[in-house]
Amino acid sequence: MDIERLRYMADQIARNFAALGEEQAIAATADHLVKFWDPRMREQIKADDPAALSPVVAAAVARL
Amino acid sequence: MGYERQADFGTPEVQSGTSVTLTIDGREITVPAGTSVMRAASQSGGSIPKLCATDSLQGFGSCRLCLVEIEGRKGTPSSCTTLAEDGMVVHTQTERLAKLRRGVMELYISDHPLDCLTCSANNDCELQDMAAAVGLRDVRYGYEGENHLGTKPDLSNPYFLFAPDKCIVCSRCVRACDEVQGTLALTVDGRGFASKISAGQPSDNFLSSECVSCGACVQACPTSALMEKSVKQMGKPERSVVTTCAYCGVGCAFRAELKGEQLVRMVPWKDGKANHGHSCVKGRFAWGYANHQDRITTPMIRQSVTEPWREVSWEEALAFTAGRLNAIREKHGPRALGGITSSRCTNEETFLVQKLVRAGFGSNNIDNCARVCHSPTGYGLKTTFGTSAGTQNFDSVDQADVIMVIGANPPDAHPVFASRIKQRVRQGAKLIVVDPRRTDLVHSPHVEAAHHLALRPGTNVAVLTALAHVTVTEGLAHEDFIRERCDWDEYQDWVRFVSEERHSPEFLEPVTGVPASEIRAAARLYATGGNGAIYYGLGVTEHSQGSSAVMAIANLAMATGNIGRPGVGVNPLRGQNNVQGACDMGAFPHELPGYRHISDVSVRSAFEQDWGVTLDSEPGLRINNMIDAALDGSFLGVYIQGEDILQSDPNTKHVAEGLAAMECVIVHDLFLNETANYAHVFLPGSTFLEKNGTFTNAERRIQPVRKVMEPANGLEDWEVTQALARAMGIDWNYTHASQILDEIARLTPTFKGVSFARLEQEGSLQWPVNDAFPDGSPVMHVDGFVRGKGKFVVTDYVPTDEKTGPRYPLLLTTGRILTQYNVGAQTRRTAQTVWHPEDLLEIHPTDAENRGVCDGDWVRLASRTGETTLRARVTDRVAPGVVYTTFHHPETQANVVTTEYSDWATNCPEYKVTAVQVTPSNGPSDWQEDYAELSAQSRRIADAEPAE
Ligand code: SF4
Ligand code: SF4
Ligand code: SF4
Ligand code: FES
Repeated sequence: MDIERLRYMADQIARNFAALGEEQAIAATADHLVKFWDPRMREQIKADDPAALSPVVAAAVARL
Repeated sequence: MGYERQADFGTPEVQSGTSVTLTIDGREITVPAGTSVMRAASQSGGSIPKLCATDSLQGFGSCRLCLVEIEGRKGTPSSCTTLAEDGMVVHTQTERLAKLRRGVMELYISDHPLDCLTCSANNDCELQDMAAAVGLRDVRYGYEGENHLGTKPDLSNPYFLFAPDKCIVCSRCVRACDEVQGTLALTVDGRGFASKISAGQPSDNFLSSECVSCGACVQACPTSALMEKSVKQMGKPERSVVTTCAYCGVGCAFRAELKGEQLVRMVPWKDGKANHGHSCVKGRFAWGYANHQDRITTPMIRQSVTEPWREVSWEEALAFTAGRLNAIREKHGPRALGGITSSRCTNEETFLVQKLVRAGFGSNNIDNCARVCHSPTGYGLKTTFGTSAGTQNFDSVDQADVIMVIGANPPDAHPVFASRIKQRVRQGAKLIVVDPRRTDLVHSPHVEAAHHLALRPGTNVAVLTALAHVTVTEGLAHEDFIRERCDWDEYQDWVRFVSEERHSPEFLEPVTGVPASEIRAAARLYATGGNGAIYYGLGVTEHSQGSSAVMAIANLAMATGNIGRPGVGVNPLRGQNNVQGACDMGAFPHELPGYRHISDVSVRSAFEQDWGVTLDSEPGLRINNMIDAALDGSFLGVYIQGEDILQSDPNTKHVAEGLAAMECVIVHDLFLNETANYAHVFLPGSTFLEKNGTFTNAERRIQPVRKVMEPANGLEDWEVTQALARAMGIDWNYTHASQILDEIARLTPTFKGVSFARLEQEGSLQWPVNDAFPDGSPVMHVDGFVRGKGKFVVTDYVPTDEKTGPRYPLLLTTGRILTQYNVGAQTRRTAQTVWHPEDLLEIHPTDAENRGVCDGDWVRLASRTGETTLRARVTDRVAPGVVYTTFHHPETQANVVTTEYSDWATNCPEYKVTAVQVTPSNGPSDWQEDYAELSAQSRRIADAEPAE
């Protein structure tokens, strides 16, 4: 799927958890991706270059 | 059931803690205090003649036909306006009364044409009944005096007529329009004998007046003066079947009244607990689409979407479809297949489609149109309260003192509930409206909002957090409630967050556009004005922060203790008739029926055992993900039941590309909708009149849908799904929808006590219906939240990424209007088009003038995504900088313009905010022209081959 769109979606999730503080935002983002993303979407973002992701997303994706 | 009018007790039912006992014609009867003598008499089995009274209206006392004698009282008071008292002794039938009543009737009849035999209301007319009841035989007055005979009927309304010569000026219609509907379109002009009923100004007729065609006046009329045109054409109905409206989430119950197999009229059912005998124009009148010539009743297939359709037998269509689906699964695996079901279909149908996808296709790629409307409600209320549903029944509004309506336009989208809100406001409740537009609730006859927070589209979360800021910092929070019912630590975190200065109304004023003083006043009113009830709609959910806004609403309700009793609560106004049900039924890619996550092993294994299959434990694709996945070749086959995603989903071009990339698109619908332009298989569907099942309305009320007539396509929709499953080799053998509901009850704890038999007995049930609540639950979270402790969630305002700028300086927001319904597939095929033949772009006079646009001009509406053209309506209903349109017509396709920005948590599209530019135009856009061509091409049906 369009990787730009996946990056955008993941980043949007992270931004909405940002007020929780970084550690909790990472955990909540990872949890959200597990609960709501189809495996092919998760696989694709896992394979993405972490540098292309925002730090919170990159950290969350690393935990998947 | 044979045909009988529903019983009419003369005056409304009264709820009272105390009762009184009186004697009527020698019979002792006990009734709630406040009940009229007329109603008491009816309840005891008697009947007092009446003309100006009917039980949807307060007693009026004008016709003087209902006179009674009361021992110890002088005169003959009218029983409709006299309240029953303890010890009262009433006589309803005496010589003196009979004479008086005959005299009254004689006067009425003397001004009424005596053409009963040829009148459409013959044998269904209260005037006729009363003449018989009082034993009127002769009329001493002739017609030579002044009378109303010979006046011309008003035929302007497409559905009903007004024949003034049949009118007895009882004013029931005027009062119905006032008391039941709240529109006040009708008046009694003139006095005494010269009085007559008129709609609007003297120059008006019904169509040009303020009338919204709800039909309450028609229903209230005792004669044929106001009458459905269908009754005039077809004659009096012969039988009736009670069923549930298939348009909006109010869920009005109706009596479908028929003559043979022909539907004559729909009459709101007085015992319907959602509507109490009222309805709007759509449910009552807009059912003609069921027999529209465009309806397709034969299955059709084609190898590719460039070919014309070929009509085939069910067997051939199903074999072709099953062959394609099985081939895709074999080659690409189960996750290449999925289904989209509709919140318009019954619970049983949506349940079965999700079962077909999960147990048959083998994936969790199942979604429904709640994705594009209330998915954020599901996420937000589940997170904060523990269950994805509104907390109250509709009747709860009668006990609300402050009503806050956020991002919803009930007079257009939930008309029957809007009437209830208006009634309550007229009784003194205070109203707060949070909406960018000045909707009819803000200001209408006898209704004035205390506060209208006209925010900039996209700033809901900022406004809600500012309201919370005021509540907390001014010490208005209900701490006892919070300590007892919510997680105190989370509350403390939330208090710290909302108390920050950056969330004050003053700080946020430049962002939201709402004066800080208004926000402060509204927050104080909601927190301290007594029972505070919040009702919200798609103006809350269809944003990039839809889920956050829902949670912010829940926070506010918990902080003020406005949860868990009648008169308060958080209530999503559901768009479609069965949005609640489709979500309850697990038509979501991550949840099994009853909102239980697919990863939950114990829940999943219960389904696996019952269905005898192994289920995928991973969440599936949402509708928009399906489109994205189609474009990269990993999603290839979709079964779409009762949805038109091409027209309803955002960024039409992208949806079209996604559909075009698939190998098997199955559309199961009434009409060749826009999505069908890209389909390989068309399976004809059945209307709500042609099937058995249940719908669940916005108040969690499960109501029966009963088969009124045989399906024109031969099969109910669940039967089509079953036939497809069987063609794919899945051995399903349901013989009636009730067996599907039994399966739902078996597998879903909140539905445990629901069955067709139980619904037949109770009329309707509000889930949860289980061991703890065997009779259902009108109000939720009474003794505690479903999740245990209520959860306060910090909801930071994250502005949308859809920004206005020099190229796209205006904000477009979309919505729907009273007379049309969503993509219009049904309402456009009825006389509703009289009111709304095309989508219009509402634009503020200043913005229009700056662009040289006049009212009625064609304009080009362009966004970063696409452009379309439509006509402008210049109005100050919208604020400067904001434009508004509906999405009812495929020629306009407002969603060509909307973007793919969506709610962060659920991907619910951000329909309510699109940056646009408006410029004068003189014709359709290229897309519109190309699309019209494509649409004509792909709707071709090959001529049937001649028989040998
Ligand atoms: S139109 Fe019907 S309801 Fe209205 S005043 Fe005349 S008779 Fe009564
Ligand atoms: S149809 Fe409804 S709105 Fe119109 S006049 Fe009758 S009661 Fe009023
Ligand atoms: S208010 Fe809704 S449910 Fe009721 S008649 Fe109108 S569309 Fe149908
Ligand atoms: S019915 Fe009571 S006065 Fe008309």
